[in-house]
Amino acid sequence: MAQTLTETAGSLEAMTPVPYAVTAKRQDTYDTWTLELEPVDGAPIVPGPGQFNMLYAFGVGEVPISNAGNFETDERLVHTIRAVGSVTKALCAAEIGTVIGVRGPFGNTWPIVEAKGKDVVIVAGGIGLPPLRPAIYHVLKNRKDYGRFALLYGARTPADLLFLDEVKSWQCNYDVDLDMTVDAGDTDWKGKVGLVTKLIPPAEFDVDDARAFVVGPEIMMKFVAQELMNRDLPAESINVSLERTMRCGVGLCGHCQIGPTLICRDGACYTWDKVEKLLAVKEL
Amino acid sequence: MKTLDAVIAESPVFAGLTQEQLEFIAGCAQNVHFDEGQKIAKRGDAADIFYLLRMGEVALDVDVPNKNSVRIDTVESGQVLGWSWLIPPYQWNYDVTATELVRAVSFDGACIRGKCESDPALGYALLTRFSQVIVGRLQATRLRLIDIYGADTH
Repeated sequence: MAQTLTETAGSLEAMTPVPYAVTAKRQDTYDTWTLELEPVDGAPIVPGPGQFNMLYAFGVGEVPISNAGNFETDERLVHTIRAVGSVTKALCAAEIGTVIGVRGPFGNTWPIVEAKGKDVVIVAGGIGLPPLRPAIYHVLKNRKDYGRFALLYGARTPADLLFLDEVKSWQCNYDVDLDMTVDAGDTDWKGKVGLVTKLIPPAEFDVDDARAFVVGPEIMMKFVAQELMNRDLPAESINVSLERTMRCGVGLCGHCQIGPTLICRDGACYTWDKVEKLLAVKEL
Repeated sequence: MKTLDAVIAESPVFAGLTQEQLEFIAGCAQNVHFDEGQKIAKRGDAADIFYLLRMGEVALDVDVPNKNSVRIDTVESGQVLGWSWLIPPYQWNYDVTATELVRAVSFDGACIRGKCESDPALGYALLTRFSQVIVGRLQATRLRLIDIYGADTH
């Protein structure tokens, strides 16, 4: 069971950002960067797959960002961030040596270990691939313990696809059924064009013995879940990661409430049967 | 080796047609292949043919003035390429290019269209099936208008 500070709600430890220095930085796409972080003092925190940290750009603000590293081998924190708002732009602008604040890890983990022996279907949309990467690493490291492994990845354009070289290496080295699509391509793009949902009907997996892990905007996850259920994959076998405006990370402030659940406390990983009806309510 | 009518019958688009109907359609069909990069159709061309892809993938492109072509969709193995043969003015709406080696069954749409005029049962059966193809493409297009990968603004 991975450590989570969510259970220490209200404690000094849970609410105090710990200084971390940016030790490596890589630009992944025109608007997305990956930062590697090490604690200025003390031992690093060890997040599990699916957990998130609150990253604090001092003087700007704090945002929840999923862990994107290999939790079994990385000693550094790895976060992939798209620069879309003031805080994420500040984080992406951080140079090597910049100190940022880190609280975490928060939330629950993907039930990837529990999926041992089953087929695994990963469906990622846009910036949804990084939160799934720790689970992917686990399956790759323990490849023989799992059945077929389908990785279905969609993005707006070819320029928005993350980690392309790494993803293709997974396909070559680990018996991964990789399928990708973009909403709009140009004539240089040799892959599929269309929504990520179009990758689900031809994907090969045993619906009676498979687990799906889906991350992307909620509207994407909704249509992906529907398409998976059209294949007769039960809603309980579909795992999604929800995102709302999180502030405290420990279930106190209520910003991430959706119906009866607080995403930072009870999630962010849910099975689809637990959230399908909640996401159908307009006001939530 | 499968006969053409057996291949056609396996496609969801033609599922449920009578043996007689399948045999007629198979009589209007032949196996074809396209090499990677080969042009299959050009926007504005007469659409007297449609295809059932058995292997490979094709791209639908639109020319944008003063810009490169935009690739708006791809059609993959198992899917039907082309519905313009069924609806006036019977012209291709997009440029179509094989992005890899494609093996397909091509159908003489003009021939089938003529048969549909004289055989309303076949006409209704095909129109129903191709309506599903068209609706599927329309729904996918509408979803793409939502921009489902849109970003948050933290």
